[in-house]
Amino acid sequence: MTVVTEAAALTSGVRARRPSAARLAVVALIGGAIVVPFVVTGYHVLQLTQIAIYAIAILGLNLVTGYSGQISLGNGAFFALGSYTAALLITRLGVPYWLTPPIAAVVCYGFGYAFGRSATRLEGIYLALATFGLAVSTPSILKFELLERWTGGSQGVVLAKPSSPIAALDVDQWLYLFTLVVAIIVFVAAWNVIRGRTGRALAALRDHSIAASTMGIDTVSYKSIAFGVCAMVTGIAGALQATVTGYVSPDSFQVFLSIQLLVGGVVGGIASIFGSLFGAAFIELVPDYAKALSDDAPAALYGILLIICMMGMPGGIAGLAYQTRMWLARRRVHRASS
Amino acid sequence: MSNRSGLFSRLCTSWHVLLVAWSGALLMSPMSGCKKQDAQTGVTATEIKIGQTMPYSGPASAYAVIGKTELAYFKRINEQGGIQGRKLTLLSLDDGYAPPRAVEQTRKLVESEGVAFVFGSVGTAVNTAVRPYLNSNKVPQLFIATGADKWADPVHFPWTIGWQPSYRTEARVYARYVLTARPAARMCVLYQNDDFGKDYLAGLKDGLGDQYDKRVVQTVSYEVTDPTVDSQIVTLQGAGCDTFLSATTPKFAANAIRKVFDIGWKPLFFMSNVSASITSVLAPAGLDKSTGIITGQFMKDNSDPSVASDPEMNAFRAFMKQYAPDLDPNDVNTAVGYSEAATLVHVLTQCGDDLSRDSIMKQAASLKDYKVLLAIDGVKITTSATDFKPITQMRLARFNGKSYDTFGELMSGD
Repeated sequence: MTVVTEAAALTSGVRARRPSAARLAVVALIGGAIVVPFVVTGYHVLQLTQIAIYAIAILGLNLVTGYSGQISLGNGAFFALGSYTAALLITRLGVPYWLTPPIAAVVCYGFGYAFGRSATRLEGIYLALATFGLAVSTPSILKFELLERWTGGSQGVVLAKPSSPIAALDVDQWLYLFTLVVAIIVFVAAWNVIRGRTGRALAALRDHSIAASTMGIDTVSYKSIAFGVCAMVTGIAGALQATVTGYVSPDSFQVFLSIQLLVGGVVGGIASIFGSLFGAAFIELVPDYAKALSDDAPAALYGILLIICMMGMPGGIAGLAYQTRMWLARRRVHRASS
Repeated sequence: MSNRSGLFSRLCTSWHVLLVAWSGALLMSPMSGCKKQDAQTGVTATEIKIGQTMPYSGPASAYAVIGKTELAYFKRINEQGGIQGRKLTLLSLDDGYAPPRAVEQTRKLVESEGVAFVFGSVGTAVNTAVRPYLNSNKVPQLFIATGADKWADPVHFPWTIGWQPSYRTEARVYARYVLTARPAARMCVLYQNDDFGKDYLAGLKDGLGDQYDKRVVQTVSYEVTDPTVDSQIVTLQGAGCDTFLSATTPKFAANAIRKVFDIGWKPLFFMSNVSASITSVLAPAGLDKSTGIITGQFMKDNSDPSVASDPEMNAFRAFMKQYAPDLDPNDVNTAVGYSEAATLVHVLTQCGDDLSRDSIMKQAASLKDYKVLLAIDGVKITTSATDFKPITQMRLARFNGKSYDTFGELMSGD
C-alpha cells in the first residue's frame, strides 16, 4: 500500500518555489477560522470548536498510526485520560482551565510512553488488539471503586463553565478561539516534528523497521516516543473537550469514540497532518446528515466508508487532494511540452 | 531544515492579513452578540416546537423506542387537531448516548431550531451534561427518562424535572416490605456497577435504616461488559441469603433468574422494575423459573396477558397498531413513551394560551392528581414548586407463572 504524505511531497522536488498556493491556503484557513465564529451563532461555534478538538485528537492518531505505522484503536483512552486530568485539576486543585492542556499533555505523554514501551514487542494485529483492549476497559476503569473518589464513578464530574475574559466575546466564541490557538500550536509543532529527525526516523520505522534499526534508529525508544506523542496530542484534545462540554463521565468515552477517531483519521488521510482537519469535519458533520437517511445510518456509513477508503483511496481526502494536484501539474507539464 | 523555518516565516509574514481579518470580525460581532428572546420561544399560533435527544445509535439504542413512540403519539395528537389548534413538532435528534454529543445537539435544538423546551431525553449522563446549560438559559427540561435520584432539585435546577419514580424510591419500597414480611431477613444484592445499581443500594440504606447492616449480608456487583453473572449468583447463595434483590438491567436479569433457579436457590426474589417485563426478561429466562419474583410496579406491564382486557391497554394497543406498527407493543419502552407523551400533552393543555417557558415550567410543576396513562390503579402525579418528583407511588406485584398479581398497599417511596 502506498501512503501519500505531505512530508514526502514536500521533501521531494515538488516543494520548489511555488509556495504561494500552499501559503495562501494556510492563511485563508486560519483567517477563515478566526472570522467564522463572528458570523455564525452559538451552536455552530460549538460545532466548530468540536471540529478543532477532533482535529487535534485525530492528529494524535495520525502521528502514531500514519507516520510511525503502529495501529492504535485505543486513542479514546488517551482522550479520556486528558479529559479526566483536566477535570480533576479544575475541580480538585482549582487550576484554571487554560493551564489544563499543557498539564494534561505531560501526564498523557508519560502514560502513552509507558504504554508504548510495554507494547513495543507487539506489532500489527496484536498491537491493534492491545490498544483496543485499552479503549474497551476505559469506562470500567473510570468506574473502578478505588478511583471513584476522584473520578466520581459513573456520575462523572461536572465542571463550571468558564467565562470569557474579553467582554466583546461570548463564552462560546472565547472557547473556540482558545481551542483554535491550542490547535494551531499543536499542528505547527506536529508539522515540525514530522519534518525533522524524529519524523524521518518514524517514517523509516514504518516503512521497514529492520532497515531502520540497521541504520542506527533505536526502534524501541522511537516506538515508545511515537505512542507518547500520540497520547500527548490526544490528551490535549481531551482536556479541551472537558472544558468545552463542562462534564466528563465514563459514558463520554465509550469504545465508539476510538472507532470514530480512527474513521476520521482514515477518511481524512491517515498519514497527513491536514487530513486530520477533513477527518474531524467528517466525524462531526456527517452523522447528522446520515441520520436523515435512517436512524441506524451513521454506524453503517462509518463502516462502509472505512472499507471504501481503504480500497479506493488509501490516502483519504488529503491523499485525494494531493493526487488531484499532482495530476493537474502533470497535465500542465504535458501540455507545455507538447 | 530550510523548509521548516519556511513555513514559520510564511505564517509570520501573513500575520498582518490575519490581523485585518480579526479586526473586521470584531466589528461584526455586536450583530451576532445579542439574541432577542421572544416571550413564547418556539411557539406560534399553529405550532409548538419541542426538542429531545435520543440514543438512536450507540450502546443504549434500545431506549430509542421511547422517542419513536413519542413521535407517533404527537402525530396522533396533531391529526386530532393539535393542542388548541397548535401542532406539536418534536425534533428528536441522535446523541449516541454520549454527553458531549448531547450538549451539542441540545444546543442545536435550543439555538438553531428554537424549541420551546426539551422533553424526555434519555439517560442519566446525557441529562446531567445538558442540565447546567438548560437551566442557565431558562429552558425547561421536562420529564426526562432516567431513574436517577438527583433530578428533583428545584432549588438548584428549577428548570429540570424527571418523571418516573427513582430507582432509589423503588428500593425503599422493597426495603419497607422486607421489614414487615421478613423481619429477620438475610438479604443479598446483585447490582450493576454504575449509578443505576448504586441507587438501589442507597435506597435500601434509606429504607432499612439502622437495620441495614444486620439485614444486608452481602452485595456483589457486575459490569455491563461482563458476559454473565453466574459466579456472582453462586457467591451470593453461598452467603446463605434468604432474600435477594437483583438490581440488574434486562440481559443480566434474565441470566440471574435462570442461575438462581438452576442452582436450587429459593430466596424471596426482588427484581428491579426495569427488568420485570414478561416478554423481554421473564420469558427468555423461563416463565417457570421466574415464578415468585416480586417487583415494584408503577405502570401495568404491557406484556402481561392479564391486562389484555384492560380498556386503557386496549387503547394503547390500538394506537400502536395504527401509528407505530413497526414497534413492539410488548416492549416496556413503548408504554413509557406513550405515557410520558400523554403527561406532556396534559401539561401543555393546562398551559392554556400562555406557552412561555415560564408558564410551561410552572404548569409542569403544578400537576394535581393527574392520572398517568397505563399506570396501575391509584398512581397519580402531583407536583408543586417544591416537589419535583412526578411519580412516587408503586405497588408490589408477584409473578404467578403467567402474569403479575399486585398485592399489598400502594406505597410511596418518600
